[in-house]
Amino acid sequence: MSGFTAQLRREWLLLVQHSEEALNPLVFLFLAISLFALATGGGPDVLRDTAPAIIWVLVLLANLLSLEALFRRDFEDGSLEQLLLKAEPAFLVLLAKVLVHWAMSGLAMTLLAPLAALILYLPSSALPTLMLGLFIGTPALSFIGAIGAALTVGLRRGGVLLALLVLPLYVPVLIFGAGAVSEQMAGIETTAQIYWLGVITMAALTLAPFGIHAALKVSLEQ
Amino acid sequence: MKDRLLSIEDLRCERDGRQLFTGLNLSVEAGECVALLGPNGSGKSTLLRCVTGFFPDYEGTIQVAELAYLGHRPGIAAGLSALENLRWYAGLAGVDGGNLSALLERVGLAGYDHILAGRLSAGQQRRVALARLMLDRAPLWLLDEPFTALDTDGVDLVRALLVAHLNGGGAALCATHQALEVAGSSVLDLGAGR
Repeated sequence: MSGFTAQLRREWLLLVQHSEEALNPLVFLFLAISLFALATGGGPDVLRDTAPAIIWVLVLLANLLSLEALFRRDFEDGSLEQLLLKAEPAFLVLLAKVLVHWAMSGLAMTLLAPLAALILYLPSSALPTLMLGLFIGTPALSFIGAIGAALTVGLRRGGVLLALLVLPLYVPVLIFGAGAVSEQMAGIETTAQIYWLGVITMAALTLAPFGIHAALKVSLEQ
Repeated sequence: MKDRLLSIEDLRCERDGRQLFTGLNLSVEAGECVALLGPNGSGKSTLLRCVTGFFPDYEGTIQVAELAYLGHRPGIAAGLSALENLRWYAGLAGVDGGNLSALLERVGLAGYDHILAGRLSAGQQRRVALARLMLDRAPLWLLDEPFTALDTDGVDLVRALLVAHLNGGGAALCATHQALEVAGSSVLDLGAGR
């Protein structure tokens, strides 16, 4: 078994073991979406127009919530030390870790997007763009976020700092993701936005594992 | 000539404005075991972390062969069974795990294969970490207080593992407060001269 598959297997088993924890960000997402639906008094029209922004912002926040735990346990029990010491190459093994995180956050949110669209009266014609945007854009959230999580894992209360570090970096994904859905609803071509999301994700996929590796080394210096 | 597995030359290290050691030289060859002694805060763990590369803030040169590390934190995931912890490590280290149950039996954990590590006691988790050391083919062991949380049987087990490792051509650097009582081991006292 290579390091990559060994790590995939481990992350999957831990995900099953801590499944309630993994579900929390999804529950948060739908709770917050429901709160928006309840609080917006303007009816379906107002909700429909703001739905792309609401969904994307909440996906960002739910993602952020799930990030804090990404390296925490491994850091505390010493598994992270073993990983950095033995994994060859470490960035590939870290890639496996982030991929499993994405499957439980970004991918799960993509698959549940129709439900979010239904609650917020998003027209069904805009749903494919929303789902495609989430599918292509959310890996970038996991990869960029993982760098922040790696940098703050050694801090006792890294949560707020993590948000301050990561949220500004999420802005391009938010702009292109929410923009694509809004423009689809306005009848404008959205290919460019989707391509840009692809570019951001590919760049994050290629570069972030090295960043995560370097950030974890810094965190382990303490 | 024996293989040199660790060579430290003129090492100087400061931590939080305090000088831990200066002009430290150490060479560990195959079959050798060096016990690092010294009071709390004398830099035993830091020296081990310098060798692993986790603590890069030092001056001097360290040349090191492939190593296995057992730190303060055992590196055992509470959400995985003892067996899965070993399987993960075998995958990471790129070694064929072979019969992992037999390894657990060797460290006194027969029948604990599928019990979650989080349900094991601190000493038992430490034993899983010892099984992990045996799994590793790395010639140099870096052990940070390996006797922590272990009962007298466990302490004897660590000694037996060390002897077997040294006889197999391995070497070890071991931070400890307890006498190693391993034949042929030497002592480096970091507290001396303070």
